[in-house]
Amino acid sequence: MAGLLGRLGRVRWWRVAILTLVAVYLLGPLFSALWFTVYNSRLHQFSLAPYGQLFSAPGFLASVRMTFFLALTTIALEFVLLVPAMIAIQLRLPRLRPIVESIAMVPLVVSPVALTAGVSTVLGWGLNDQGSWLFRLDADLQNQSFPLILPLIYAILVLPFAFRSLDAGLRAVDLKTLVEASRGLGAPWPLVLWRVILPNLRTGLLSGAVLTLALVFGEYTIASILTFVPFAVWIVQDGQGSGQLPIATSLLSLLLSWAVLFLVSFLGGRRAAAVTDRSA
Amino acid sequence: MSAAGLELKDLNRSYGPVQALDGLDLTLAPGELVALLGPSGCGKTTALRIVAGFERPDSGKVRVDGADLTQVSAAKRDMGMVFQSYSLFPHLTAAENVAFGLRLRKVAAAERKTRAAELLDLVGISGLDARYPHQLSGGQQQRVALARALAVRPKVLLLDEPLSALDAKVRLQLRDEIRRVQLDLGITTLFVTHDQEEALSMADRVAVMRDGRLEQCAAPAVLYERPATAFVAEFVGTMNHLQGTMIDSELVEVAGRRLPVDGERPTPGTKVKVLLRPEAIDLEPLAQTSASTTDSAPTSPSAIGTVRIATFLGSITRMTVMLDDGTEVKADLPSHRASEFPAAARARLIPAPRPVLVVEP
Repeated sequence: MAGLLGRLGRVRWWRVAILTLVAVYLLGPLFSALWFTVYNSRLHQFSLAPYGQLFSAPGFLASVRMTFFLALTTIALEFVLLVPAMIAIQLRLPRLRPIVESIAMVPLVVSPVALTAGVSTVLGWGLNDQGSWLFRLDADLQNQSFPLILPLIYAILVLPFAFRSLDAGLRAVDLKTLVEASRGLGAPWPLVLWRVILPNLRTGLLSGAVLTLALVFGEYTIASILTFVPFAVWIVQDGQGSGQLPIATSLLSLLLSWAVLFLVSFLGGRRAAAVTDRSA
Repeated sequence: MSAAGLELKDLNRSYGPVQALDGLDLTLAPGELVALLGPSGCGKTTALRIVAGFERPDSGKVRVDGADLTQVSAAKRDMGMVFQSYSLFPHLTAAENVAFGLRLRKVAAAERKTRAAELLDLVGISGLDARYPHQLSGGQQQRVALARALAVRPKVLLLDEPLSALDAKVRLQLRDEIRRVQLDLGITTLFVTHDQEEALSMADRVAVMRDGRLEQCAAPAVLYERPATAFVAEFVGTMNHLQGTMIDSELVEVAGRRLPVDGERPTPGTKVKVLLRPEAIDLEPLAQTSASTTDSAPTSPSAIGTVRIATFLGSITRMTVMLDDGTEVKADLPSHRASEFPAAARARLIPAPRPVLVVEP
C-alpha cells in the first residue's frame, strides 16, 4: 500500500511539474505582455490607458472592420466553392478525391511571397490600358477600403485547412444514405443541401470558419506587400511609434480569438446539452 | 393508404462488364409483399434502387399502377424506403425525422405532430419522439425509419435489408412488426434480403434471383417444396446432396431406392447428385456390428452411415449422419425417435418416395 501511495505521489509530482512548465512556457510571454501594457516602470504605477487609447488610435477600428469583412468574405467564398465540390466528390466522383486533396494541399508548399509576386504580376496586366475592363477590374480588386483581391488569395491560402475540416465532417456521416433518404421522401436538391447536409456538416463548417478567421486576422505578408492595411499590418505599422499600444492590440486580438473559439465550442456543445436534457 | 401495383419490365443494368440485371421481370399485386432473395451480387439491391429512382436502368420499365416512372426522379416517385444502414437524420429528433417528408409537403405543423405521434405509436415506440437517433437502439432507429417512410403515404414501400444490422432477437421482433404494419396498411412492399428465413417468413411471394435474372417467384411453401431449379432448391432451405445414378429418363437410384425425377433429366446411366431435404429422409437403426439386415433393404455405402450429431430443434431433431461413402447427410426425425440414434450409432437412410431434383456433378 505504501509503495502504491508512493508511486501515486510521484506521478502527481511529475504531473504538476510538467503542467507548470507548460504553463510557464505558454502563459509567461502573455503575462509579460500584459505586465508591459499595464505597468509603467518609470512612474511605478498600473494603468489601463493603452487599452483605452486603442479605440481612438488612428486606423484601428477601420483595420478591424476591414479584416472582419475580409474574413467573412473569405469564409463565404471558401464554402461556396468547396462545399458543393466536396459533396459532389463524395457522392458521385470519389475517384477524384485524391486529386482534389493534392490540389488543396498545394498552398502549404507555395510561399506567400511567391504567391503574392504572381498575383502582383497579374494585377499589373491592366495598368497600361486605362479605361479597359481589365483596368477597372484591377482597380476594384485593389480598392483600398475593401480589397477584393485579398479574400481571393486568402481562399487559396486557407484551402488545406478548410478542406480537412469539411472532409472530416463529410466522412463522419453516411452522406449517400442521408441524401437518398431525403430524396426518397421528396426533397429537391437545394432542400437536401439546406436541411440535411449542411446541418450535419455544422462542426466541419464551424472549424473551417474559425481557422479562416484566425488566418485572416493574423495574415501580414500578403496584405503588407500589396500595401493594404488590415489588422495585422496596422499592428506592425503602429508599433513603429508606440510601445504599449500594439502589444495591447495583440493581446486584445488574442482574447478575441479565444472568445470566438469559446463561442464555437459553446454553440457546438449547446445542442449536446439540449439533447441530454430532453432525454433525461 | 391506397395500394398500388408495381411492375418491373425487362430491366437491364450493367456496370462495365458486370451485368447486374439481365432482363428482370417482376409484378407485384396491390398490397402484396414480395421478397427479393438471392446471394450477394445477384442484382436484388440494384433492382430495388432502380425502383426507388436512385439508379436508372439501361433498358426496361418501372411502372406503378400502370404509370411509367422509369425516368421520374426519386423525389417525385412517392415511394417510402427503409435502408440497410441507419439512415435517420442525425440532427433531427425521432418525431422530426418522421415529419420530414410531411414538412416538405407543407403539411401544417399541428397535423405533422399528430401524424408523427400516430406513426411512432404504430411502429411501437411512442414516447421516444423527442430522442435523437444516437439515443436510440438499432431496432428503434429502424422503427423510426419505417415510420418516416410510411408518413408520406407512399404508393410502394421499399425495404433494403432493413434487419441485417440488428441482433438476432431484435431482428425477429422487428420482422413481425414490419409484417404486421404492412398487413394493417395493405401497402405494396418490395423487400430485399439475403436471409432466406426472413424472406420465407414475411413475404407473400419470394422472388429468387441469380446473376441478374429471376429464377423463380412463388409463395414460400411452393418455393420450398417445389423449387423450379436446382439453384432455388439449394439456395432455399437446407439441402442434402446424395450420389445417385439415372436409371432411365424418369427414375434415379439413390441410397438403394428408385425415385421419380422432377425438372431437368440427364441421360440414363449418368452419375448425378440427388437433392433431398432433411425432412425427406428417414433413418432406420442398424446393429452396431453389421450392416446386413434380414430384409432386402440396401446395404451400399451410399445408404448406410454413422450418426455424428443430434441437434434438438423442438418437435424435431436434426441428425447428422456420415455415410460410408464420405457424404454428410442431415435428416429430420420426430424428437421422440431421436433416442433410437445415439452418437456413433449405425443407421440406414430411407429417402421419402417423392419426386426429386437432380444435378450433374
